[in-house]
Amino acid sequence: MMDLADLYRDVIVDHNKKPRNFGRLEQFNRDSEGNNPLCGDRLHIFIDVESDLIRDIRFEGKGCAISTASASLMTEAVKGKSLAEVRHLFGEVHDMLTRHDAPVPADLGKLAALSGVREFPARVKCASLCWHTLNAALARDAAPVTTE
Amino acid sequence: MAADPSTLAPLDLTRIRQDFPILSRQIRGRPLAYLDNGASAQRPRAVIEAESDYYQQHHANVHRGVHTLSQEATDLFEGAREKIRRFLNAASPREIVFVRGTTEAINLVAQSWGRPRLVPGDEIVITWLEHHANIVPWQQLCEQTGAALKVVPIDQRGVVDFDAYLAMLGPRTRMVAIAHVSNALGTVLPVEQFIAAARERGITTLVDGAQAVPHQRVDMQSIGCDFYAFSGHKLYGPTGIGVLYGREAELSAMPPWQGGGDMILTVSFERTTYNALPYKFEAGTPNIAGAIGLGAAVDYVEGIGLERIARHEADLLAYATERLGAIPGLLIIGTAPEKASLVSFVVEGIHPHDLGTILDAEGIAIRTGHHCAMPVMDFFGVPATARASFAFYNTRAEIDALVASLGHAREMLG
Repeated sequence: MMDLADLYRDVIVDHNKKPRNFGRLEQFNRDSEGNNPLCGDRLHIFIDVESDLIRDIRFEGKGCAISTASASLMTEAVKGKSLAEVRHLFGEVHDMLTRHDAPVPADLGKLAALSGVREFPARVKCASLCWHTLNAALARDAAPVTTE
Repeated sequence: MAADPSTLAPLDLTRIRQDFPILSRQIRGRPLAYLDNGASAQRPRAVIEAESDYYQQHHANVHRGVHTLSQEATDLFEGAREKIRRFLNAASPREIVFVRGTTEAINLVAQSWGRPRLVPGDEIVITWLEHHANIVPWQQLCEQTGAALKVVPIDQRGVVDFDAYLAMLGPRTRMVAIAHVSNALGTVLPVEQFIAAARERGITTLVDGAQAVPHQRVDMQSIGCDFYAFSGHKLYGPTGIGVLYGREAELSAMPPWQGGGDMILTVSFERTTYNALPYKFEAGTPNIAGAIGLGAAVDYVEGIGLERIARHEADLLAYATERLGAIPGLLIIGTAPEKASLVSFVVEGIHPHDLGTILDAEGIAIRTGHHCAMPVMDFFGVPATARASFAFYNTRAEIDALVASLGHAREMLG
């Protein structure tokens, strides 16, 4: 049973209204753009990576509550993390968004608020856009990212 | 013949809704409010049964064979063509070409009419309102021939600028291709006026009627266009079937679009002679059941009466415009004085996709997105809109449900 309250949890609503780390980063050495044109979700992620650590990260763009909140939560979660840790986190988030019965790992923290998305298959692409865009930026892949 | 609307009997919505089996469905425990008719309408039982009866009793290939079933299938298929001829008031069934839908009809004209005759410097005129199906085939034709695409601007209400249009018609304008009704905004274009101006200048014309035929009577003689295209599934008919109306003189002068069976008279390895109209443009076994279903849809709509449909839909549009317009933070996109029964809107602080999800949880189906009209979205500076589009089976109560659900969305996300 899909429950709206499970999708639009307080954390999601809050991060949609007041996205954290929003805006352009002054100094960055990685960036990538994600675009889901069918939805109209678009974001640009800027990252400052130093000795395999994400020193700073910000994003700008326009999108639905799920994509905005997901990007906001992601920036909070990955800031200060090593690239290996981020890769691990990506896998955990990916599983949480796509695998129906997988338990939500305890170390996901606030990101676990997105676990309701998997009950809304049409919205998984909204939540995952920022993560794929982050991946492309870290891989220095210049091609625009889409999850549609 | 247009009847005086005030003398028309109102629709018996209870009875009409019983004709559409899907309308009694529950969605997530709530009664379905289907307000996405602009994307695709639902089918009455008469259409479903016409297709089913054809498959159970009459199916064989058409236009070949002397056996009974082939004759019955041919009669049903050609009978459907005649129904559509009458529906459009076309001069002859030779002017009714069955295609997959509006998109294929426009591609057929672009490739068969346009590609052999356009040369660099020629111009094709469309409007800013067009669906991608009336943009991309012309862009492709321009790439192939060196012709140029000209776009007539719209104003903030979503009305096409007629003076700018007139100014755009020049000695090199070869084709005017315009929507009858905008799918994203609902604007009804005064196509008679647009077409007359083009014809005075000897310009060929095409009207994309996909959003018009379900809502109003369209008459080829009074519109005066050379081509008119529409899709069956928006007219309560099957998917995968549509119609290209083409003036006989134009169609006769055009080469076939696709080669194959049915479109030939004789074939040898040296030379092939082509079949008469409209078969010249119907290569291969057609969508026989679809055409028969579309004929049944036309019968159904005529049985209710397009004038009564138009009156009920005008009431729904006025009611929806008033109720939605009263919601704080809701902005209606597309406020032309002449509109078909749809309302496109955005709600401050809530992305259309979130609206779509929240409304769906309450059984309300609307379209959210760019409506295959990205230039329109760009013009209004929005990535997407929410669109409620009404059919004659919709009710004021469904609009009330939409308004209530939008209230819930604002509580949840606003």
